[in-house]
Amino acid sequence: MSAPSREFHRQARQVTRDLNHRSFVQKALDGYYRKRDEYSARFRSWQGARDLAFEIKFDAINHLDHHLEEFARKAEARGTRVHWCPDGGAATQTILEIARQNNVRSIIKSKSMTTEEIHLNDALEARGFGVFESDLGEYIVQLRHEPPYHIVFPAMHLTRGQISDLFQSELGSAPTNDPEELTMIARRVMRKKFCEADMGISGANFAVSETGMISITENEGNARLTTSLPRIHVAVLGIEKVLPRMEDLALFLPMLATSGAGQALTGYNTLIGGPRQSDEADGPGQFHIVLLDNRRTVILADPEQRDALHCIRCGACLNVCPVFKNVGGHTYGTTYPGPIGSVITPHLRGLQSWKHLSAASSLCGACTDACPVKIDIHHHLLRNRRNAARKKPVWWERILFAGYIVLMRSPRLYRLGLRLGRIGQKFHPLVEGTRLDPLRAWTATRALPPLAKTSFREQWKARRR
Amino acid sequence: MRISLFVPCFVDACYPQVAMAAVEVLERLGHTVEFPEAQTCCGQPPFNTGMWNEARVVARRHMRVFEDAEAIVALSGSCGAMMKVFYPELFSGDADEPLAREISSKTREFSDFLVNVLQVTDVGASFPGRATYHDGCHSLRELRLKRPPRTLLENVRGLELVEMDEAETCCGFGGMFSVKFPMISSAMGEVKCDSIEATGAEFVISSDSSCLMQIEGIFRRSGRPRRCLHLAEVLASRGSLPG
Repeated sequence: MSAPSREFHRQARQVTRDLNHRSFVQKALDGYYRKRDEYSARFRSWQGARDLAFEIKFDAINHLDHHLEEFARKAEARGTRVHWCPDGGAATQTILEIARQNNVRSIIKSKSMTTEEIHLNDALEARGFGVFESDLGEYIVQLRHEPPYHIVFPAMHLTRGQISDLFQSELGSAPTNDPEELTMIARRVMRKKFCEADMGISGANFAVSETGMISITENEGNARLTTSLPRIHVAVLGIEKVLPRMEDLALFLPMLATSGAGQALTGYNTLIGGPRQSDEADGPGQFHIVLLDNRRTVILADPEQRDALHCIRCGACLNVCPVFKNVGGHTYGTTYPGPIGSVITPHLRGLQSWKHLSAASSLCGACTDACPVKIDIHHHLLRNRRNAARKKPVWWERILFAGYIVLMRSPRLYRLGLRLGRIGQKFHPLVEGTRLDPLRAWTATRALPPLAKTSFREQWKARRR
Repeated sequence: MRISLFVPCFVDACYPQVAMAAVEVLERLGHTVEFPEAQTCCGQPPFNTGMWNEARVVARRHMRVFEDAEAIVALSGSCGAMMKVFYPELFSGDADEPLAREISSKTREFSDFLVNVLQVTDVGASFPGRATYHDGCHSLRELRLKRPPRTLLENVRGLELVEMDEAETCCGFGGMFSVKFPMISSAMGEVKCDSIEATGAEFVISSDSSCLMQIEGIFRRSGRPRRCLHLAEVLASRGSLPG
């Protein structure tokens, strides 16, 4: 068992026992389900919209080379600097270099999972830069020194009381249970940070290749400040973010809002097409786009799972996943938790170390039905399992299924197995549920169904006679 | 119609009454039921574990057993989905791919077969009681059979069908998943059972005995037993409780 797998098991055991966590997450998501259904019903056809989104993303990803080059060309034409980075190290170096050359001291950030993926904050802080998350949820988990719990709702695991306690100890604020007051506390800190920052780092939800613009979607307005107040703006985005045409946003913006947050449209939708132009009065003097591969091209090279790059990081698959809801976002130990994370993490960080995530699924398929861009999520988990077993089968599974084949190939042995099972069953109550129980994995929490006195095939034979 | 019944191995061993009930329903409708006795398992356990070579050995044998069938009726949405949805992918590029596609097209889950092939919505059953229906994930999302079991149950005399909040939520069984990750599987099962309990239904009905094994196992272990019945048992009923 790999170290990440051991840690996953340990945390899963802990969190699944926590009934407060279970009911808290369920309650947090109930409102989302209602709103998501309400707004997806406003589409003329939600299924039709999903089909179209799939087609657009299919084109974008299958002609990624073409769309990316066009995107870079158009962006550079308006003075944007585009940096092509093969991995997290290169991206971090690029950003550090920009910061050093421009005597940056303080950096403000808006929400970006891609920068989480490359652990950018740690790298910047290690070099002495002050880095502040301006998204409220991200700011809260930054103060707690923990990664986001969810890709859209980073602090959804925390109660108002916990946030108030955190602000009290970290910011010296008065205790309050009022969400508006909590927001105001964070805002007062944040406004100062915005004014001090020399550099703003954002992510991007989409990159429109037709115009060379990035599209950012948010509810707090903090991303607008991050990308417009400081003198330098750096946007970090994965190469899969590309959409071919501007008009594609007409579909993808409402779709992202509906799937991601149960909204008709997110509060602020911003398009950024370059640094301050000569005839413009304000805006950052420099605009850098960091295009990150970081093994996305490994997924691109796999025609079976290429559609995993369709992902618009809406989090819909997490919200409906019974595994996610029961183990929580931190248990995964990945940047991208939940079903899509279980699909892509083995590609991004190594199949053998992360294959347990693909096994930790009942394959119920709720994720695939929820995915707005129709990624074949739960079947990819099955394909990851196949790829993992093909390269390095687990020894005990090999023995188990060798025995299984012998039994299933011969109806006589199968019948003999049933008879032996019935004998074994007589003695099972002696050990049931104890450490000596060979079926303990089942019986610790569940009663075992008894083998019938006569199997169906025996009854069928008797009936024929 | 000549119907070849596929009785999944655990139904054969633990729930023979489910298969007997299905035979009764199909025969009552005037059809000939056959049970190819050489059948064992469809190969889903190694398939879901990722051991597709092993799965192919058992699945190939299973296909040969049903090769001459006119219609195959599977008494489980999960094993039915294995044959209908996953055989073509498992044998993609294999010499037996055409056979896999043929088996796939001939296979139907029990409720699917009744409603969509035989066009029967009322089998003349009567069953007194309040029940809730659990959608097995393979029935619901691989085979898209949300309506057929409900259509059949709505026509059962005396049966009051109530929907639970989490009808479409997985019970947490998931085959090997249930013993590889027992803590997650059990937590999912508890959520399911709580939702069933909240309906006040005395009976839980499903098209998948494997889900019912999980649901019943949790109910029994937590000391709040509830009758779990396969759809076929309810449809075979003539007023009195089965078994």
